[in-house]
Amino acid sequence: MSQINSPAELEDFRKGILSKRDPNKPCITLCSGSACHATGSGEVAKSLEEELEKQGLSAEVDIRKTGCHGFCERGPIIVIYPDEICYFQIEPDDVPEIISETIKKKKIIERLLCTDPSINEKIIRESEIPFYKHQERLVFGSNGSIDPKSIDDYLSIGGYSALSKALSGMNSGEVLQEIKKSNLRGRGGGGFPAGRKWEESRNAPDEIKYVIVNADEGDPGAYMDRSLLEGNPHSILEGLTIGAYAIGSHEGYIYVRQEYPLAVENVNLAIKKAEEYGFLGKNILGSGFDFIVKVHQGAGAFVCGESSALMTALEGRAGEPRPKYIHTAVKGLWDRPSVLNNVETWANVPLIINKGADWFTQFGTEGSKGTKIFSLVGKITNTGLVEVPMGMTLRDIIFKIGGGIPGGKRFKAVQTGGPSGGCIPEELLDLEVGFDELTKAGSMMGSGGMIVMDEDTCMVDVARYFIDFLTDESCGKCVPCREGLRQMLKILTNITVGKGTEGDIELLEELSETAKEAALCALGKSAPNPFLSTLRYFRDEYAAHIKEKRCPALSCKELIAYHIDPDKCKACMMCLRKCPAEAIDGGKKKIHVIDQEKCTKCGTCFEVCPSKFDAVTKISGEPVPSPIPEEKRIIIKKSKKNE
Amino acid sequence: MSEILLQIDGKEVKAREGMTILEAAQSAEISIPTLCYHEKLEPYGGCRLCTVEVEIRGWTKLVAACLYPVEENLIVRTRTEKVDRIRKMILELLLAHAPDAFVLQDLAQEYGADRDRFEKEASFCIHCGLCVRYCAEVKKKYAVGFVDRGTRKEISFIPEIASKECWDCKECFPLCPTSALQAAFVLTKALFSPPLSSEPESGKQELS
Repeated sequence: MSQINSPAELEDFRKGILSKRDPNKPCITLCSGSACHATGSGEVAKSLEEELEKQGLSAEVDIRKTGCHGFCERGPIIVIYPDEICYFQIEPDDVPEIISETIKKKKIIERLLCTDPSINEKIIRESEIPFYKHQERLVFGSNGSIDPKSIDDYLSIGGYSALSKALSGMNSGEVLQEIKKSNLRGRGGGGFPAGRKWEESRNAPDEIKYVIVNADEGDPGAYMDRSLLEGNPHSILEGLTIGAYAIGSHEGYIYVRQEYPLAVENVNLAIKKAEEYGFLGKNILGSGFDFIVKVHQGAGAFVCGESSALMTALEGRAGEPRPKYIHTAVKGLWDRPSVLNNVETWANVPLIINKGADWFTQFGTEGSKGTKIFSLVGKITNTGLVEVPMGMTLRDIIFKIGGGIPGGKRFKAVQTGGPSGGCIPEELLDLEVGFDELTKAGSMMGSGGMIVMDEDTCMVDVARYFIDFLTDESCGKCVPCREGLRQMLKILTNITVGKGTEGDIELLEELSETAKEAALCALGKSAPNPFLSTLRYFRDEYAAHIKEKRCPALSCKELIAYHIDPDKCKACMMCLRKCPAEAIDGGKKKIHVIDQEKCTKCGTCFEVCPSKFDAVTKISGEPVPSPIPEEKRIIIKKSKKNE
Repeated sequence: MSEILLQIDGKEVKAREGMTILEAAQSAEISIPTLCYHEKLEPYGGCRLCTVEVEIRGWTKLVAACLYPVEENLIVRTRTEKVDRIRKMILELLLAHAPDAFVLQDLAQEYGADRDRFEKEASFCIHCGLCVRYCAEVKKKYAVGFVDRGTRKEISFIPEIASKECWDCKECFPLCPTSALQAAFVLTKALFSPPLSSEPESGKQELS
């Protein structure tokens, strides 16, 4: 491959790629992102290749292993073009039928289609599935249609045309102006306007400047950056290169978690290919602009997602944050001006340059423009990655796209913004998502984690869980975070095990104030959020735990007991047999009784008791009824005649 | 360097560009408490005891005085109710680890901190990092460092370096506000096998 030396050469090359591609030739795209890989897309790919070979169709059908499509709940996903037939949860055994029926005879296989639960009808096309229909997949959409390992695939969908446009038709100031005009705000946490950050770096006097991709995604349950980097690495490289051009940087870094091997592999390959094609390196597209990118693998510290800690780690030292009274945009990596943006932010840049700030700003709200990818997880029917315009309500995201709460349970709260975000209750479901809106509600946008919780979730325990996570991930440099979290965790743990005392809430509030006001970095300052937001909306749950030793969600083990209702027990022996602690006394025709001393509260009896009996209950905050006397436990069956 | 005029606790203070609030306050003999600050070392901002309130163009916020650079017309308040409350909490959190450290006791008295507010976990080290940074920045020996992170973080001597360098130096000992350092050194010595090779007789006596 010889280098592409000008925008004209790029367009010729692109035409060459497209002319070789027949849009009517059947193409089977298979999601090969990490989630689908885990559910067996590797094996599906193998059997697709083998089956096409076997049926003599190898030359007539293309297979494309793409990045994540988003609907991870139903993976592995296959979409067959040009008809866009979408099949879910494919197993290798389904493949021969797909080839012989759908590919050869153009017949739809009903059982592999998605069902729209609202109208109970099968849906054929991917774009008509409710999960996708309500999304606006500007950034994430290409993931499903390209092979991330193929730079030609990226070029075939217009890849690197934004870079070409910026380098040939715009000066660096114009590029900056366009980003400023777009009002693009950082997708990684704080929501700082990207254009302002870029401008600060651009205006800093230093000759050497850096641009950095923050791919140290660490929020529990969040994987949007991972999926972008795995599924469309060139879009991030293109955005980064445009950013470098705008601020006058010639060296960029991608800081990616070591725990993301596929992302590391794909981005390294993308850099290699981009260098070969001349989109990175010296004199890019004949513009005279030079830029190189290096990949740095993080060693697995949540705090390194914080920009100054990330830069410290890039410098080869322990990843600890440093004060940012002088912004990192002016004094960052090796004390040089450094623009750090998260993966999704960079991925937005080529779109803005290509289609213009005016196009971009039609999506979103006054304060938050464009779209946002959320990782929708927890107690939700459609687990997956969703991209929606800013301003969509939480209700629409969770119920229209997410399909609501499974198992007929009631929605309780949604945790947004990662560990240092907050929990938003049911009464705020009509909140429109946006940076400022979420902050006002006591949570934050963060990088886009969305953990849905149902009525069985204890909010005090949720706060304890996240404070535990943050205690583990605190770097330990400053006292309000290291010591404050240590004490907060102790108090919250005590509350969930029934050892809470009067004054705990006030002490937690005081510790929160110290962390919020005096901690060194954003992680420490936002660390009390899980407590503060749950207290704000679920204060009664804290009170119940502390005063009544009761867990209203019946979730905190130490505060609940299991009880078999003697009037309902039919002595079916299910729980008795399954109880791992042998804590259940009973027998055939003998009502079962739980020995509270032996019970480990594992909940097995509760789960296995047949729903038609529904005899096992959870009790909290009140004494367990004393077991019925031995002589009354014998069940005398009515004679069959009477039934 | 240009002169900057700011106000600390109602007093006009002249400072040079590049100075921190703490330095400006010290030059005007206004006292701000610190634990992790040392004039020979790069500011660290770990203990947060020097937290003060600043006001810029009508906006107030809390910042670490040892790090925050002075700017024209900055208004600094070193003893607001909130600042005092936060210092009190910081001291109480640290007293759980080093309840008998004189430095902490004196400060506790000043800020009304309760020595027994939190359950004792006497590890003595308060992670000010003075020893670690002094050894790295001034002595350039890197004989003592932090290991692990968060609540598990502790100071540790690197035996291979410490056995060569520490006996003739020990300049970090007097810097330690809680004497934890000396304990760590003794522990390292006890655990290090074979015995610290270049250990002179006098050193042995000094520490035993």
